[in-house]
Amino acid sequence: MKSRILDRVGAIRGYLLLHIMELTGKEVEHIADLARIEISEKDKEKFQEQLSSILDYVNKLNEVDTKGVEPIAHITGLFNIMREDEIKPQSEETMKKLVESAPEHENNLVKTLGVFE
Amino acid sequence: MELNQLTIKECHKGLVSKDFSSEELTKACFKEIKKQDKKIRAFLSLNEDGALTQAKEVDKKIKNGGKIGILEGVPAAIKDNILIKGLNCTAGSKILENYIATYDATVIKKLKSAGAVILGKTNMDEFAMGSSTENSAYGATKNPHNLKKVPGGSSGGSAAAVAATMCVYALGSDTGGSIRQPASLCGVCGFKPSYGTVSRYGLIAMASSLDQIGPFAKNVSDLKCVFEAISGADEKDATSIQKRGVRLPKVESPTPKSFKGLKIGVPKEYFIEGMEESVKKKVEEAIAKMKKAGAEIIDVSLLDPSYGLAVYYTIMPAEVSANLARFDGIRYGYSVVQPPHSPPIPTESSKQGEIEGAKNLLDVYKKSRTEGFGKETIRRIMLGTYVLSAGYYDAYYKQAQKVRALIRDDFRRVFEKVNYLVTPTSPSVAWALGAKFEDPLTMYLSDIYTVTANVAGLAGVSIPCGESRGLPVGLQIMGNQHDDYGVLGVAELCEKII
Repeated sequence: MKSRILDRVGAIRGYLLLHIMELTGKEVEHIADLARIEISEKDKEKFQEQLSSILDYVNKLNEVDTKGVEPIAHITGLFNIMREDEIKPQSEETMKKLVESAPEHENNLVKTLGVFE
Repeated sequence: MELNQLTIKECHKGLVSKDFSSEELTKACFKEIKKQDKKIRAFLSLNEDGALTQAKEVDKKIKNGGKIGILEGVPAAIKDNILIKGLNCTAGSKILENYIATYDATVIKKLKSAGAVILGKTNMDEFAMGSSTENSAYGATKNPHNLKKVPGGSSGGSAAAVAATMCVYALGSDTGGSIRQPASLCGVCGFKPSYGTVSRYGLIAMASSLDQIGPFAKNVSDLKCVFEAISGADEKDATSIQKRGVRLPKVESPTPKSFKGLKIGVPKEYFIEGMEESVKKKVEEAIAKMKKAGAEIIDVSLLDPSYGLAVYYTIMPAEVSANLARFDGIRYGYSVVQPPHSPPIPTESSKQGEIEGAKNLLDVYKKSRTEGFGKETIRRIMLGTYVLSAGYYDAYYKQAQKVRALIRDDFRRVFEKVNYLVTPTSPSVAWALGAKFEDPLTMYLSDIYTVTANVAGLAGVSIPCGESRGLPVGLQIMGNQHDDYGVLGVAELCEKII
């Protein structure tokens, strides 16, 4: 069965072959750096291809005329839900457990490498 | 009939009339898990002691003549991205392999106070990112109807656990179809409440403007029981819907009692040629039955759902990249500084600059995240980082939020003409394990009929409507925001005639 969905995927691939809409290796490196991810050379190529094909698909949003349309802030129309800025004391046990979930901790403190070098 | 095969209402009746005890019921579920789960792999961890202790307490209450609630003593399975105090919560990710929750999610608090018995945590795509449960760091779950097929996802473990009667009901989460699509593929009922109806507090966040917790069950009336127990405003989730601090009325529009007078919309854009012919046929048969039962079937036109999918695959990764920034190798979870299972690093050797593999703080972030996250998670974090990055924000993210506004208005317009919409849940039945694994875009397209409900904040339910090649087909019913009980009401009517 020929599926229109699969045709669409095919069409996108074809489009990619015709248009060099692909992210460059450098761009992928930059994105990875912003995302705090390390990627190997091999993965870089794969990400280039996969991210480009997804971006190409979502690019169809630019086909839609959105002149004068307000972007959504909240889908149910909520606006600035406020509450008092109060401290709600937690049990010693909870606080201890929270600190203990950190991979490194000492004397009830979370431990990290220095922020400044 | 084995006890584990019963529905919530049947369990309740049996417990009240002392036909069996909650302990027997709970043990029947564990027996079924032990019998089947080596093959299906729906569960990531079991809570045997906790479950049996709770069951015995309920039995004691019944023995002493106490009155029990509908969920009291009834065993449930919980998706592994919902926190239960003292239990491991992995979200299907290696990065949370050893994480123990320090508090209960609001839905768990509510279930516990309703007396529920919690059997264990179910498998899922890592951080709920996927449509097949193959993205779990702990291996794929199999479809109980055919072990060579996927159960759908991301709540595939919960769907499979209900389908294989290893529990009476389950909780899942739905960001783009992650309850409805696996419910459809596994032949059970699954409900995504409208946005803000169920508190997200204690749900490990994926995409906060789209996530909702909801139930899986063997029938619609059970869905309703669980939904009633878990819904309601919560001060800990500012996006939960409050009306002057009071819980929303149960019925926004009257719950339909019969099909007569009901206007059911059938959006033609949701029946594209490419969908599996047999799925289309089963859904059309169900619609014909609704018509025969007195419903007015109206053809309607909506924006092509592929725009909804494009909005989804822009906004969701953007929110993912922000939400998953918290996994930094410092506060919780996997860290290159001290990987799980390795002996604690002695204080002397963990001085700055002496940790193997990480020279500085940035290295700790990068290496912990790279080693801790799976491929699909990394893919979505990167995609989200890109669409939010300087120079691209307007073209992708802002444009997506504008199209999202148009999609919301599109549904509003349609819900002025019809009461509910009926569509297939998924364009196909369950596919073979591995078939779409290496092709993210094709995998994403399997969410095409479900994402729009998340994008527009609507309520949606999937119920079984027959089989194709021995695999279940799902029917989706969508209703307007806050019309949750209406959607469940129509689903119950459909269930009777299909």
